Amino acid sequence: MVMYPTRYHRPKSLEEALKLHAANEEASYLSGGHTLIPALKQRLAKPSDLIDLAVLPGLSGIKLDKNVLSIGATTTHAEVAASPVVRKAIPALAGMVGTIGDRHVRHRGTIGGSVANNDPAADYPSAVLGLGATVVTDRRSIAADDFFVALYETALEPGEIITRIDFPVPDRAGYAKFRSAASRYAVAAVFVAKFGSVVRAAVTGAGSGGVFRLRDLEQALVKDFGPAAVAHCKVDPGAMLEDLVGTSEYRANLVLVMARRALEHLGEAVSYK
Amino acid sequence: MQHITLTVNGNKVSRDVEDETLLVTFLREYLKLTGTHVGCDTTQCGCCVVHLDGKSVKSCTVLAAQAQGGEVTTIEGLAQKDGALHPMQEAFHLLHALQCGYCTPGMIMAAVNLVDTYPEPLTEEIVREQMEGNLCRCTGYHNIVKAILAVAAAKSADKKPALSGVG
Repeated sequence: MVMYPTRYHRPKSLEEALKLHAANEEASYLSGGHTLIPALKQRLAKPSDLIDLAVLPGLSGIKLDKNVLSIGATTTHAEVAASPVVRKAIPALAGMVGTIGDRHVRHRGTIGGSVANNDPAADYPSAVLGLGATVVTDRRSIAADDFFVALYETALEPGEIITRIDFPVPDRAGYAKFRSAASRYAVAAVFVAKFGSVVRAAVTGAGSGGVFRLRDLEQALVKDFGPAAVAHCKVDPGAMLEDLVGTSEYRANLVLVMARRALEHLGEAVSYK
Repeated sequence: MQHITLTVNGNKVSRDVEDETLLVTFLREYLKLTGTHVGCDTTQCGCCVVHLDGKSVKSCTVLAAQAQGGEVTTIEGLAQKDGALHPMQEAFHLLHALQCGYCTPGMIMAAVNLVDTYPEPLTEEIVREQMEGNLCRCTGYHNIVKAILAVAAAKSADKKPALSGVG
């Protein structure tokens, strides 16, 4: 497969990256490249310039400060999954990241790239939304509830760069995914988290508008935080994706099955195929 | 045009390449290291796995320019200069962990990285899960898993793999 010609840049600072993007209307940022490069190879995109953010200093790393876990935008999936800090603070998050793609993909793919891309079947958006994280960029902080707009669409402005994601540390959290054996993406996956009397539950892979919160379940879980709460919850098939992997009715049911399993496996991530 | 300098299998190499050149193209077409294969070309199959700065990567999904200044090891860099095979190559050979051989360079590079860097003792379950990024259409995987476990066991016991009577 042959890509369209492009120009590759290695900026030395965030400022230089922003300038390069501003000067080239059709430019694209590149991080791990494990979504963008396959798209370029299929000629689905034609950026005039590729601006490599993975080489920027200071955008990678993991830090726990009081009850906030900060993960730098260019931190790879392998680094997050193996991090003792993440495994201790939010084990369901570390476990979830360990189920992304495969080992080699996790060596390259980054949290910033995944969140900015907002693939409707990617894992990270469900953790960002399920934990109520804050997406920090070169110019502002964006709450997860305002960040994910639609399929592959986010609140990021043209040229805006994610610098880190701040995750509040929950009391408990869990993640369950049913994945496509071929693509390894989620057919339906649910991230649940409890912070005192507040519960959040986010679904990826299934929604026709991308990642979304399961408000019904959140309310039921406030009263009874456990798998039994799922019985009181409904998912509208009309809001589900339908494709070769499954019908919208199948996905609506699978969301509830994954919600139950996430609640049965709090403190870890489980993946089924 | 990009001027790329890499250390490949211990040798420093420099070439001028188009910006969109993939690492696997750089290795195969510029350096003529054709042991690294292209299977699916869509980041699925793992035939193109090489080590970049100590990590296994799918070289069909990395630009040569992204690897600038990096250290790359390919299947050609595993055996010793006198031709003695790497223990993983030896194990694949003796335990019949290949049939057509097309996936083998990527399998072996993935397996070497797994055994060298996985933080816990490897079990069959872990090996199968961690090797999911490498597809084989012939072997049914059983002997590949056996070969990797044999090398891992020998490494933890700090001796040569016990390769008889298996497979």
